[in-house]
Amino acid sequence: MNPFMRGMTQPRTRRDVFRLAGASAAGLALAACGVQGQKAAPPKADAVADFWAKQKKNGKVVFANWPEYMPEDKAPLEKFKQDTGIAYEYKEVIQENAEFFGKADPVLRAGQSLGYDIVVMTNGIQLQHMIELGYAVALDHSKLPNFQANAGQKYKERAYDPGNKYTVPYTSGVTGIAYNTEYVKEEITSIEALFDPKYKGRVGMMADAQEIGNFGMFALGIDPEKSTEADWQKAGEKLKAQRDAGIVRKYYDQSYIDAVSKGDVWLTMAWSGDVFQRQLAGEPVKFVVPAEGGTIWTDNMLIPKGAANPLDALMLMDYLYQPAVAAELDEFIQYVTPVPAVQDLLREKAKTATGEDKKALEDMVDSPLMFPTEADYAKLRSYTRLTTQQEQVFNPIFQSITQA
Amino acid sequence: MRRLTPYLLALPSWMWLAIFLVVPMVAMASVSLQTGNAIDGFAMTFSFSNYGDAIGRYSPQLVRSLVYGGLATVAMLVIGYPVAYWIAFKGGTRKSVYLFLLLLPFFVSFVLRTISWNFLLSDNGILFGTLKGWGLLPADFHVLATTFAVVGGLTYNFLPFMILPIYVALERVDPRVVEAAQDLYASRTAAFRRVVLPLSLPGVFAGVLMTFVPATADPINAAILGGTANTMIGNIIQTEYLTNLDYPTASALSFTLMAVLLVGIFVYARALGTENVLEAAAR
Repeated sequence: MNPFMRGMTQPRTRRDVFRLAGASAAGLALAACGVQGQKAAPPKADAVADFWAKQKKNGKVVFANWPEYMPEDKAPLEKFKQDTGIAYEYKEVIQENAEFFGKADPVLRAGQSLGYDIVVMTNGIQLQHMIELGYAVALDHSKLPNFQANAGQKYKERAYDPGNKYTVPYTSGVTGIAYNTEYVKEEITSIEALFDPKYKGRVGMMADAQEIGNFGMFALGIDPEKSTEADWQKAGEKLKAQRDAGIVRKYYDQSYIDAVSKGDVWLTMAWSGDVFQRQLAGEPVKFVVPAEGGTIWTDNMLIPKGAANPLDALMLMDYLYQPAVAAELDEFIQYVTPVPAVQDLLREKAKTATGEDKKALEDMVDSPLMFPTEADYAKLRSYTRLTTQQEQVFNPIFQSITQA
Repeated sequence: MRRLTPYLLALPSWMWLAIFLVVPMVAMASVSLQTGNAIDGFAMTFSFSNYGDAIGRYSPQLVRSLVYGGLATVAMLVIGYPVAYWIAFKGGTRKSVYLFLLLLPFFVSFVLRTISWNFLLSDNGILFGTLKGWGLLPADFHVLATTFAVVGGLTYNFLPFMILPIYVALERVDPRVVEAAQDLYASRTAAFRRVVLPLSLPGVFAGVLMTFVPATADPINAAILGGTANTMIGNIIQTEYLTNLDYPTASALSFTLMAVLLVGIFVYARALGTENVLEAAAR
């Protein structure tokens, strides 16, 4: 019989007690170690220049991205390989920002490499942490000519990374409402539909604190970008009432899209591109940005600290800003491209295309969700920017609802 | 030298335990008493209030997990014992085939198996969609996003760990002792109750241990099959670790869960008795 079981089922001898006490003391001695903070001061300009001056082209790049963010045939990357002679490895390993960061943090904290040269992260709390903790390599803009020439103005002025010091956008998307037209017979225009008792048990909300927090604030007419703690509390109450009334079926991660296309929920918070891809597959789902507002987010490319091939990574980042390459990419992923010239390129392509392709391309060119106008942008808000202290207030407010 | 040989042979397993069990546990115990945040770092402050705060905030989820784990374990016992009994006594020459069939679904990953339940039990899916089409179920009937779905998922996912130990215990029961009981005028029920059941208790003990602990701590079933009020403690620990980067709270919760489970097992072992059971189980 092993001692563990004996310990539980037989009386302890005094010697056992001493032994236990000794073990505890040793434990406490070891316990004196802390987890080191890593908060990093921004690198000096000449340090950045030094770093980049030392880098050489290695002929290889490892790109870590989200699923369904690259055409099946990897055409943009293949072209990159032909043009530059740089071989690529493309890995769809990022499913969720929090989870990815949670896994990457200990590795980067220990000063080790993730094994990726480019990672893509949304402009949320985790990206902020990456930058604050010095996990992102400062970019050399003299090597990003295509970005300078072709990126839209909005994508060069982002509050979470002023001057694109560490990141350049990969693509943007919108959080709005998706609904299943087999079950929802009315035209959904307002966020109030998500709070409507007539859809009791048929509403999906997102589990992510920032996403759901934003929607709570939209419903109350609060601008999340300017919100205060009192606003978060009010939004929390609104969302709690929604849950307590049994309106919400479940707080979803990415699985919401299956639930709404199967009809388990009838309407749900949703990410634009997901819904378009389902529509193309012929499923009865529709996407709207509610009149009260929707959230616009941006997925960004960055070079993680310790990357083996930073120069190759930078070249690939810049390559994706060639309008023709960006157009090819966007035609597949159907989110908002940071390269405005894509719209004209797709319009040109639509002129020469025929049949279904032509229709699909024309729909894309006219879609406000792929090419938002200024009026559309005016309805869209970003995530709230939070300090670490604020985050410790913000998260519990909404997690106490989504994880009751 | 010869005297040292057994110790040297045991060295790898002791090293294994030291590196992968003791060190992480001590590190986690340490983290559970620290304060700070992921950006500025955590420092040891012997903040025992981390435990009080964590338990205060998450006691509903903790209690819920124990209840779900308990319900699932009882369900597994009720379903699993007859199955084990049947295979052990009526399985004949095909015993290994039945056991293989029992384990077959477990060649697929845990998460995928659970997602497949999500697919099967979908409100308008192949099962309920059909029944609703025939008018046998009301249109708003659903199983997903309920407590029943979560406990059902737990029961399904851990069932073999209940059946196998019980099977092993029953398999070892000498049929002649049952015959002897019957020769001594025991009815079939009495023979089962007074001979077979006691002899199988070590298997039941092991089975309960092997299912209750993981079922209580599981985050997957609640996440995939649950609704708005089915969050289990495993989900909370995951969120605290990965989303909030609140390592102290997550560690404190993990230790609390561990302590509660250990106390539970201890009481259970005492109640069930018994050294014999443990010895038989350890054999």
